[in-house]
Amino acid sequence: MVQTVVFIVLAAILVGSALGVISARNPVHSALFLVLAFVTSAGLWILLEAEFLALVLVLVYVGAVMVLFLFVVMMLDIDTDTLRQGFVRYAPLGVVVAAVVVVEIGYVVWTRKLGVTLGTPVPHAANYSNTRALGDVIYTTYAYPFELAAVILLVGIVAAIALTLRRRPGTRSQNPAKQVRVSAKRGRIRLVKMPSGHGRGGEAP
Amino acid sequence: MTVTLFDFLALSGVLFAIGMAGVFLNRKNLILLLMCIELMLLAANFNFIAFSRYLNDPAGQVFVFFILTVAAAEAAIGLAILVVLFRNRQSINVEELDSMKG
Repeated sequence: MVQTVVFIVLAAILVGSALGVISARNPVHSALFLVLAFVTSAGLWILLEAEFLALVLVLVYVGAVMVLFLFVVMMLDIDTDTLRQGFVRYAPLGVVVAAVVVVEIGYVVWTRKLGVTLGTPVPHAANYSNTRALGDVIYTTYAYPFELAAVILLVGIVAAIALTLRRRPGTRSQNPAKQVRVSAKRGRIRLVKMPSGHGRGGEAP
Repeated sequence: MTVTLFDFLALSGVLFAIGMAGVFLNRKNLILLLMCIELMLLAANFNFIAFSRYLNDPAGQVFVFFILTVAAAEAAIGLAILVVLFRNRQSINVEELDSMKG
């Protein structure tokens, strides 16, 4: 009974924040609504006893991806008014497509019972560790996909850096290799032989 | 009344539909399109986790793990492309991106 109340409250917040994401006037508000949606879903995932993924969702998504989104939204100087033109024009089409999707999914789910037993499954024992169960599967059956995921992250790092790296002419920067290679004999001190009594400027005192 | 699998499936269906409607509503703002894609991925993850719980099989959660990985990489690359695009065009309006139309 408590679970039902928690589910209904969190589901209402989730749907509301999702609607906020797509209808907020300011992209910063959209990003913050998306943060709310992620945190609420983390709560629902804990209700589904997927504790590890719920925490990963908060840490990775809210902590990293959404901060990245917020950085980009605030960094770019976006003219939101021109970008929102056509919002009203496409609203009926969007609502129709969303309704069709809901009806289709609901129809399939309700007609096929999907071979799954209804009702709540038995709760896990008190000493059950979701992280351990997940690790048991990931590092045995799904070891190669796990390594592939690591490669995908590496590709993501390389691509993001390669895309945004640029050399701007005219900016002053250090050249560490040149700084390390410097020595007193080569280049740092230059001894100039001059006859005494003659300044560099050529004017004798 | 207890929470059944269908409640979770219905919730994720609604979430997916909202994300899809967002793609239609905000089809000029590239950054909001990325956010709507995140919403749809979240709905897909919801399905995986709900089935994993009700079938009592942790393999579904492994898939969510991989989807989160791919989605994080996708967000990073997408935002990098967005930044480069804004640097070159001073705009993220999708309708202005027609230079490859021919």
